[in-house]
Amino acid sequence: MADQSSSDYVRFINVQKSYDGESLVVKNLNLDIARGEFVTMLGPSGSGKTTCLMMLAGFETATHGEIILDGDSINDVAPHHRGIGMVFQSYALFPHMTIFENLAFPLEVRKQSKSEIETRVKKALDMVRMGAFGTRRPAQLSGGQQQRIAVARALVFEPKLVLMDEPLGALDKNLREEMQYEIKHIHNNLEVTVVYVTHDQSEALTMSNRIAVFNDGVIQQLAPPEDLYERPDNAFVAQFIGENNTLIGSVRELNGTACVVELGDGSIINALSVNVGNKGEQSTLSLRPERVTINPEAGSLPNIVDADVKELIYLGDHIRTRVDVCGHDDFIVKMPNSATHASLTPGDTVKVGWLAEDCRALDAPVDRGVT
Amino acid sequence: MAAATTSDGALTTADGIPLKASLARAERRNRNRALLLVTPLFAFILVFFLMPIFDMLTRSVDNTVVGSVLVRSVPVLSQWDDSSGELPSEAVFKAMVLDIQDGRETRTIGKVGTRMNYEKSGMTSLFRKSGRRAKQIKEAPYKEALIKLDKKWGDINTWRLLKRESDAQTLTHYLASIDMRFNDSGEVVRQPEEKQIYINLFIRTLKLSALITVLCLVLGYPISYLLATLPVRTSNLLMILVLLPFWTSLLVRTTAWIALLQKQGVINDFLVGVGLIGDDGRLAMIHNAIGTVVAMVHILLPFMVLPLYSVMKTIPPSYVRAARSMGATPWTAFWRVYVPNTVSGIGAGGILVFIIAIGYYITPALVGGVSGTLISNFIAQHISVTLNWGLAAALGSVLLALVLALYILYDKIVGIDNMKMG
Ligand SMILES: Nc1ncnc2c1ncn2[C@@H]1O[C@H](COP(=O)(O)OP(=O)(O)OP(=O)(O)O)[C@@H](O)[C@H]1O
Ligand SMILES: [Mg+2]
Repeated sequence: MADQSSSDYVRFINVQKSYDGESLVVKNLNLDIARGEFVTMLGPSGSGKTTCLMMLAGFETATHGEIILDGDSINDVAPHHRGIGMVFQSYALFPHMTIFENLAFPLEVRKQSKSEIETRVKKALDMVRMGAFGTRRPAQLSGGQQQRIAVARALVFEPKLVLMDEPLGALDKNLREEMQYEIKHIHNNLEVTVVYVTHDQSEALTMSNRIAVFNDGVIQQLAPPEDLYERPDNAFVAQFIGENNTLIGSVRELNGTACVVELGDGSIINALSVNVGNKGEQSTLSLRPERVTINPEAGSLPNIVDADVKELIYLGDHIRTRVDVCGHDDFIVKMPNSATHASLTPGDTVKVGWLAEDCRALDAPVDRGVT
Repeated sequence: MAAATTSDGALTTADGIPLKASLARAERRNRNRALLLVTPLFAFILVFFLMPIFDMLTRSVDNTVVGSVLVRSVPVLSQWDDSSGELPSEAVFKAMVLDIQDGRETRTIGKVGTRMNYEKSGMTSLFRKSGRRAKQIKEAPYKEALIKLDKKWGDINTWRLLKRESDAQTLTHYLASIDMRFNDSGEVVRQPEEKQIYINLFIRTLKLSALITVLCLVLGYPISYLLATLPVRTSNLLMILVLLPFWTSLLVRTTAWIALLQKQGVINDFLVGVGLIGDDGRLAMIHNAIGTVVAMVHILLPFMVLPLYSVMKTIPPSYVRAARSMGATPWTAFWRVYVPNTVSGIGAGGILVFIIAIGYYITPALVGGVSGTLISNFIAQHISVTLNWGLAAALGSVLLALVLALYILYDKIVGIDNMKMG
């Protein structure tokens, strides 16, 4: 990785962080972010996302390792010399200043002229469609409006890098989607590099160029959204991103990219070997619900097993069907709501089948409580 | 709409009672309950706070002692024209002699003497002497007899004074508390130079209180900041240190300052010991204004720290961080973002300390000496030594008015609703 680094704008090199000297909150983080990229840190609560942002912004010091910004190590650079815009989870708008003064603040400390400040603040307010609110105080704005102001304030001094820490966490679904679109739009227009933190996976999937999935202070996988969903590297990512069926068994045969796994009840499953140990070791099989076919023709699929229908949930365009497969009674099948599909009732016994490539054999199971 | 409407369009409830009446009834019940809950507190405040203040205000103008002892002479004296330049008539003298004889019997004449002595010295002895000898006067002419007894009775100013102070209410105490007085001809004039003490005392009280408040702020702000930003365990320990003074006796703490600051005290000994000052140049740091300021800053510091701390506790660290990320130096971020958000705490702490300081009594009494005593020490002196309660009440009322005025001023400038105690 080291030699392709010249194009990377932000680099974390072997970064570790401990608050108490006893446990590591960030364990050996390596992350390269290209100029203009939109990278999202996604992960459960307490996985170290905010800590990483704080180290990048300069409010926490890395216990070990190096952080590089635009080719220079910034370990010893004070926050106000880093020129990084930041949107805080809590917005952090200054309550004693009007919206205009809030946005003018970064320009004032940069000693820009009055007229320059005026035009740039106005431009930034128009960009987030808040032009009419300059004279208000933050407390007089709704959550979504404050959010937009926070974004505008982080961008008004035209930083090359903007950090956003769960900026949409407090918003309702509609407003959140609207804001996601706006932030993405701003990112495309201004060509800034964005490091974004969220624990909402759909937000991460829709907005990012690449997503870094965090768990327990370690990046579990760093990949574009499609890869993350289609090709998870390990059991944590598979479970964390999207809906996922998990079957647990031990490896029977290893054959290049293919493998055979024997489940607890003795069923034999053909799977794609992604991240398995040696023969006999435990493995988690990951299978997306939409890749499962109900009542396939015999012999048409490499994996066909019996399933007891437990529950049907009508969702309009599709029907979520919970079935008992090979001793796992939380197996979900998404059945498109079309005439060609058989109508099932709980208690039926049917066949379900899937391709070996859709069934990814990953590492040993993780504790489900984490997500 | 589900609710019914009467013919005039007012809303009614389902059973036809107008909605407003029904709402009022429901609210009345709540209000009564709330009233019941505050009654004990209200009674307490009434008895122990409002009534003493009312009593103080009445005392400050109360002057019934003259009229109630000199029952015969006051009514006849009021008919005398004090600008005529002549002594009152024989009838007045007769009434006065009888009053003095009665007052001697009931041992009340001395009170009149004391009361009049506040206005003019020599009055106590005049009434005491007259009381002793008035029984010798048996018949007319009373005028000559009384003047023979003491020639002050022949002085027209004595009678003028008596007439002026015979009303049930008087402004004398208020005039005295702002260094004014009635002169012999009854005009309001300034006290003679050597008797002007209270205005200067009020000014000194205000100045020292302001100084104490500023010092408390200067010392308290960094402590509060530390308390609010340190990890909980350390800040709890620090908080105990801040509150420690509350748990030790005020007297002990004040005496400790005496031990530290006096001429032969710890600090002077140390300074002499290291050679910073000579043995004959020991600093006077106690029994003067310095002593008052030092000891009171120490005592009042927690009243500054607590409101400041509770306000700072609510300021998220992200404010300063946001400012830093936008390019502000630590100082700019502190001054332009942090401090403005603590204004409500500064206001609350400042007002608390200032108002406590302005009426503080025990510490200045112990360590204030001459230059460090405050107005309350004089109030206390008038209550327990000179027994001039009227003047004490007037001084107290002026102090109260002063505090209220400052409070209103603060409200105009900063706004009371901005104040946060916690
Ligand atoms: N100032 C601090 N002192 C001590 N421990 C801290 C501090 N800040 C965070 N931690 C710990 O570090 C871990 C990671 O925290 P961090 O705030 O980075 O999580 P996060 O991924 O941002 O979580 P969330 O999604 O809930 O915001 C947590 O276990 C947290 O308790
Ligand atoms: Mg966080």
